[in-house]
Amino acid sequence: MFPNQFDYHRPTTVAEAVGVLQQNPDAKVLAGGHSLLPAMKLRLAAPSALVDLSKVEGLTGISTNGSVVIGAMTTYAELRDSAALKAALPIVPETAYHVGDPQVQAVGTLGGSLAHADPSADFTAVALALDASVKAVGADGDRTIPAEELFVDLFTTSLAPDEVLTEIHIPAATGRTGMAYEKFRHPASGYAVVGVAAVVSVGVDGTVAQARIAVTGATSKATRATAAEQALVGKPLSADSIAAAAAVANQGLELNGDHYASAEYRAHLLGVYTRRALERAAASLG
Amino acid sequence: MVAAQEAPAKLVGQPLKRREDPRLITGAGNFLDDVKLTGLCHAAVVRSPYAHARIVGIDAEAARRMPGVVAVFTGEDLAEVNPLPCAWQAGNVQNNVNTPRLLALGEVHQVGDPVAVVVAESAYLATDAAAAVEVSYEELPVVVDARKATEPGAPQLHDNAPNNVVMNWTCGKEAAEVDAALAAAPVRVNQRVVNQRLIPTAMEPRGSIGRYDEGTGEYTLWATSQAPHVHRLLTAAFVLGVPEQKIRVIAPNVGGGFGSKIFLYFDMPLVLWLSKQTGRPVKFFEDRSENYLHTTHGRDHITDIEVGAEPDGRITALKVKTWANLGAYLSTIAPGIPTTLYGRMVAGCYKIPNIHVDVTGVYTNTAMVDAYRGAGRPEAAFVIERVCDLVAAETGLDPAEVRRRNFIQPEDFPYDSGIGMLPYDSGNYELALDRAMENVGYAALRQEQAARRANGSRKLLGVGLSSYVEVCGVAPSKWIGLAGEGWGAGLWESANVRVHLTGKTVVTTGSLPHGQGHETTFAQLVADELGVPYDDIQIEHSDTQGTPFGFGSYGSRSLTVGGTAIYKSVAKVREKAKELAAHLLEAAPEDIVFENGKAFVRGTPDASKTIQDLALAAHVAYDLPPGMEPTLEATTFYDPPNCTFPFGTHVCVVEVDRDTGEIDLLRYVAVDDVGNVINPLIVDGQVHGGIAQGLAQALYEGAVYDDSGELITGTMNDYAIPRARMVPTYELDRTVTPSPVNPMGAKGAGEAGTIASTPAVANAVIDALAHLGVRHLDMPLTPEKLWRAMAPKTG
Repeated sequence: MFPNQFDYHRPTTVAEAVGVLQQNPDAKVLAGGHSLLPAMKLRLAAPSALVDLSKVEGLTGISTNGSVVIGAMTTYAELRDSAALKAALPIVPETAYHVGDPQVQAVGTLGGSLAHADPSADFTAVALALDASVKAVGADGDRTIPAEELFVDLFTTSLAPDEVLTEIHIPAATGRTGMAYEKFRHPASGYAVVGVAAVVSVGVDGTVAQARIAVTGATSKATRATAAEQALVGKPLSADSIAAAAAVANQGLELNGDHYASAEYRAHLLGVYTRRALERAAASLG
Repeated sequence: MVAAQEAPAKLVGQPLKRREDPRLITGAGNFLDDVKLTGLCHAAVVRSPYAHARIVGIDAEAARRMPGVVAVFTGEDLAEVNPLPCAWQAGNVQNNVNTPRLLALGEVHQVGDPVAVVVAESAYLATDAAAAVEVSYEELPVVVDARKATEPGAPQLHDNAPNNVVMNWTCGKEAAEVDAALAAAPVRVNQRVVNQRLIPTAMEPRGSIGRYDEGTGEYTLWATSQAPHVHRLLTAAFVLGVPEQKIRVIAPNVGGGFGSKIFLYFDMPLVLWLSKQTGRPVKFFEDRSENYLHTTHGRDHITDIEVGAEPDGRITALKVKTWANLGAYLSTIAPGIPTTLYGRMVAGCYKIPNIHVDVTGVYTNTAMVDAYRGAGRPEAAFVIERVCDLVAAETGLDPAEVRRRNFIQPEDFPYDSGIGMLPYDSGNYELALDRAMENVGYAALRQEQAARRANGSRKLLGVGLSSYVEVCGVAPSKWIGLAGEGWGAGLWESANVRVHLTGKTVVTTGSLPHGQGHETTFAQLVADELGVPYDDIQIEHSDTQGTPFGFGSYGSRSLTVGGTAIYKSVAKVREKAKELAAHLLEAAPEDIVFENGKAFVRGTPDASKTIQDLALAAHVAYDLPPGMEPTLEATTFYDPPNCTFPFGTHVCVVEVDRDTGEIDLLRYVAVDDVGNVINPLIVDGQVHGGIAQGLAQALYEGAVYDDSGELITGTMNDYAIPRARMVPTYELDRTVTPSPVNPMGAKGAGEAGTIASTPAVANAVIDALAHLGVRHLDMPLTPEKLWRAMAPKTG
């Protein structure tokens, strides 16, 4: 309930934030705080300092001009309610609605979630399925990290300790693209026991040109279900091809088990949830 | 004085919004953690990380030297202080009692056992210093399962409890007689059922603040308490050895309890002791993790059921063997729950001629188990309502029909179930069942279920019934007391009603709220009975200084017992007012009528004295009848002749996903009979919350320990409680069968929802799978469990 002692910094620019991080190797960046602060109160995390990004200019906002750019400090509630995103990338507001509860949605941020890399978070899978990348700013300037390279392991990313995740970039969808996120919600935490994000593009010939399917909750980090993706590409998006993809959704994945849901059950759920996500993605093609 | 010109509308029966809510929900209410005292110190507890271990040594020197640390104490420092008492032991049997010390001495028996306490200038500093106290342990073997704990060779917790047995207790007929009835029954079913452990999870955790006044030698304890008078008594006379009048206990606004705040906990006497030692007021306030680890849990029964029935569904014999896990030590009333409140209620609403109940209370290396919303009765209802469905499955009868054929009939009341419970007061069980079936559209649901099964639907439909009866307003001191059921005191309640000179009316009551809306319900009652305006009535409670003794709020007893004390005090006030009015109106007392707050001579209502006139006259006292004492007030100590027995039928309709085992709650219909209702809005709220708690047990809630005794559902990230998005729309209805036990005809409503809903939901889910050969599944009915149950059987 009472965290260890820590210093608190509230910079107003990204450069200032990076500077504080460089001087405090054990500092942590504070975004919405919904994961970090409980961990500190349980004394599972004891950063020497917090670098609060809430007053840093330019870290919020949604731009849907061509590719989509979302500021790291944009809250789930803003994503959930964005008319522009509902039109351009409906999977994003839909997923935001399923994160936690309204209180979490009001304060939790997209950048915070991706930088925390909780293995059961929702947006990690969505970022993979959307082929998103993040902009990270450090002492030597900025770099772009594809989501695939961002998530390294359980609560571990490829961000350097003195880097700040500032933006999320999502390429514009090409052709007819359908997308959906399906989640089996843990009754206590609200996190995904199994979550499947599917983004499928169909070419002019009616077959799947590109399929990106990512899973969360079932593995130590959000991961693409490549076998399921391959089962779709070049096929018409039909009940048969969806069933074939669902059948191999857990292939090559090492699955978690816990007292609530065994690895065997998660493997089964992955198939069902992949099917459901693909069915809704197909329906959203129009 | 201005007299009311028209008869006020009756408030009893009106759905008034709770008058206490604006302060409670806007942050204006004072809860324990809001109490600020000059010089307040904060206590942090060093807790055992092991479920069973010998304390080898404690090094607190580093902690003592840390900044802001006032003092550090260990169990050795409190060796002369008594352990906590166990106030309710199982009646008429040997109880092998072991209760917690304020700080463990020598051994710890559960994860979270307090071994040392740090007092510091702030909660942060206290927490830092507690982490610096070094305790070395020698680990001992652990057992967490009640049945395993009684097996030969199991790890032993306490020297005076061989095989970890607290007590063996039975009720009903002799086992041999019931065995014979079972043997003679043409239909037989045996089933083991588990009623899993739950964590009460009140919105506000527990805490206490102690202040010792050196000048007067008096102690004040602020505590999150459902029973301040009892806490004073136990702390003074049983633990600290301080004269009772030297301790004052105040319960500020209490944020829920569900029973968990009935009991005396280590921190209550500890903060008083610490305050005396340090000369500073000391606060302890547990965090949620400590609450989950160490505040009492509920349920945790393993029960073997043997039932015998006729082919027409009549149940002829029921034999129940229960292992009740009571945790590492006995909490304040722990042994009474699985005996009097569980064993004596297993007959439910049914006439069963042969019943034998055998309960073994067991120590394990887990948190203490004590009363939790319903306390014994949910466990009993779960057993008997599963029995009804098992008999239905075995005989091929509809579950409703099995219930109908066994119901106690309206003309049978008062009804003695033959297993030592007081006679059920009144009831009409079939009426409630009929109403519930009609409201839910039962026949159509069964048709749809059959159709879905026939067409191979992937959405399996299940309908679950639960007809329940429970015992509320537990009181008659003569019955519940030491010589009978083992409760070491009475269970009466008291109230004082005082009409001040200005006509403003103050009720002081030993009953107290922790979320139930006493201030509203009691004021409605007094407004009607005394004829004073609702807004002129103040309900005072929760402070041993200024309220008469009360045994506390639990077991849906505040209205039926405490409320009756108020009702009777009002009647006494009215009688005195009439006498005074007779004097002032120069009439004979027997000619005075008292109506709507006015006293007048029969036939001449225009020449009346209002209750306010009479209060003024009684206080200024210069014109009283000979011998009458000044003021207008009365006190009643009320010990009821019987308990009350609310009942009803709940129906739950679920849909189970054939592919994943996921469950949708489609409908929830409840028909409750809580007798006459004072405030239907409050009763509905109680039923809503109760159903939510009960359905959570059926579907996802449950405390889980691993084999090392670690609570793996130790945070709200792992322990599932119902959220708004997880509960269905409730369709509530009521029948009204007044209780003859009290003048209001009320039965109590605090626990009905919890008691009814767990079996209703469990029965519905199991019913959805019945055509696949599933007869029983243990709770919580998680999707994985259902998925496995639905899997094609191999081998």
